[in-house]
Amino acid sequence: MTTYQYTDVVPEARRPWDHSRSTALRAVALVVLAGIFGSVINQLTGLSGFLGWYVGLAFAVPVIAFIGSARHGWNMASDRIATSLMSIAFATVAIPWMSIFWTVLKNGSKAFHSSYLTSDMRVTSFSDDLHLGGLKHAIIGSLLIVLMAAVIAVPLGVLAAVYIVEVKGRFARLVRFLTQAMSGVPSIVAGLFVYSTVIILFGTFSAVAGSLALAILMLPTVARTSEEVLKIVPEDLRSASYALGASQARTTFRVVLPTVASGLVTASVLGVARVVGETAPLLLTVSYFVGTSASITEPIASLPVYVFTGLTLGDANSATRSWGGSLVLLVMVLVLFLLARFASSRLTRKR
Amino acid sequence: MDNNINNDLGTPEVIVPSVTADAGVVEDRTQRNAGNLEVSRRGGLEAVGVHAWFNKHHALADVSLHFPENTVTGLIGPSGCGKSTFLRLLNRMHEFIPKAAMAGEVLFEGEDIYAPGVNPIEIRRRIGMVFQKANPFPAMNIGENVIAGLKLARVKVDDKDALIEECLTRAGLWNEVKDRLKAPGGSLSGGQQQRLCIARALALKPDVLLLDEPCSALDPGSTLRVEETIVQLSETMTIVMVTHNMQQAARVSDYCAFFLSDGGPGRLVEADLTTNIFSNPSDKRTADYVQGRFG
Repeated sequence: MTTYQYTDVVPEARRPWDHSRSTALRAVALVVLAGIFGSVINQLTGLSGFLGWYVGLAFAVPVIAFIGSARHGWNMASDRIATSLMSIAFATVAIPWMSIFWTVLKNGSKAFHSSYLTSDMRVTSFSDDLHLGGLKHAIIGSLLIVLMAAVIAVPLGVLAAVYIVEVKGRFARLVRFLTQAMSGVPSIVAGLFVYSTVIILFGTFSAVAGSLALAILMLPTVARTSEEVLKIVPEDLRSASYALGASQARTTFRVVLPTVASGLVTASVLGVARVVGETAPLLLTVSYFVGTSASITEPIASLPVYVFTGLTLGDANSATRSWGGSLVLLVMVLVLFLLARFASSRLTRKR
Repeated sequence: MDNNINNDLGTPEVIVPSVTADAGVVEDRTQRNAGNLEVSRRGGLEAVGVHAWFNKHHALADVSLHFPENTVTGLIGPSGCGKSTFLRLLNRMHEFIPKAAMAGEVLFEGEDIYAPGVNPIEIRRRIGMVFQKANPFPAMNIGENVIAGLKLARVKVDDKDALIEECLTRAGLWNEVKDRLKAPGGSLSGGQQQRLCIARALALKPDVLLLDEPCSALDPGSTLRVEETIVQLSETMTIVMVTHNMQQAARVSDYCAFFLSDGGPGRLVEADLTTNIFSNPSDKRTADYVQGRFG
């Protein structure tokens, strides 16, 4: 028996599992070859334009991947084909998405000027010169309406999920069925419902009525997402809490909900994202106002209705303003999403 | 055997505390007394003719067993013989399983914990439980985990830090975590998490502590520490532990109860002083099991 002799020489740290440069080169070569193939197909067949080229490329990629890897055997080849099909599927989905974002960015940026975000349309009409007016009023209105809708719908949605998953009450199946059915309600029906009740009752369009309509649309999204989130809480934790002599209410509010706090934030964000661009219910309940206002009992502006108004007017300047509104709406969703991510990561880090 | 016993789950069987069940159970208190261990009839915990069902499945039949105060009782037997089910019946955790049913009585300080009007929350506070898999609360740090039971029960604590230190010390964890009480409970190793769960149960100062295979996922070092903790705790509380480790049962417990299922519901085969169970069991099946001939 000898004692193991240590050496003081520390070898260089390596990452042998990383993709080598040849892997990257192969992927580039694959796309270039497929691109050439797509052009050839464009020439030979009736396909034309970008779409035709893309169809050719989409067909060529798995074929080339197969040819390139066939010599390694069927295992490797099927792996490469599957990978290439996934990549094509991703690109097919990503291209329209990027196209939308690019179009909105390109057209919307034309509407921007130095005071676009800080002025409203009180003294400006949509067809006026683009360096006049802005959409401060619409941003404030949208934030106000969506915030109020969230204040109504998020607690209700989370509580509905708690009822279904934690309480497992007598009507849990019914509640789940109703939330599922509610998620299919067309937005204009929600608007019409609030119009025929709240608006007729009070005799005036108002921001708070719009919030109610949006809350109706938001509720099922928040409830169903929260339900899924609560379901992933391990039964162990509930058992542990009950074994410590905690009541169901304490278990739910002190153990289960804090454990999935970040998931519930995500559920709320999904709910907000679901309704922030809704136009039809707001047309029926809030109407539109050209000036800046934060009064919740009167008609106020909102981004979707701002966009809609610009489009219905039809002239070039009005349409450009609509693109500008769309861009602000997109950025607003993005900012809200990032804020929520930040908040939930803070919640998680506190642990 | 008696699979048709539960025609009507709504009305429990008439319970005759079994002195000699058909499986040959000896509920032998005289022998315990002969062992010169103080047995308090009123104190401690006692199961009387306990049955358990999951839906229509009869999982546990006619178990009568007394746990004297300040002793450690080991529940042994092969998997699926109803040990854990029995344990969960002792502090009313059984009822969280949908469609579960039971019959019989569990007497805690002479009162049936299943009697109408008994608050199960109070029972669980006084009869603590530690699970097979460590389950610290992920949304709380180590210190918060220890006093979680008190917080959940809305009990005011005068000196939280002293209580945390006391419980962690009794669970044998204090020296390892005293510098990082603010770290999340999940950052500890498996063995440390299990001791954290024991500390969490101790903070409520329970009269009885139920342990369901507390060491099954632990390394030998942590197991040893948990066993030392159990022996120490038994000076002030009654402990019931399920274990698959015969050496552990022999090392730690004062009494042992051997459970077995012959395809039907699990039954108590024999309960006695641990020394008797291991050296001179009265049932051949017990001898076979503890000597490792089956199970």
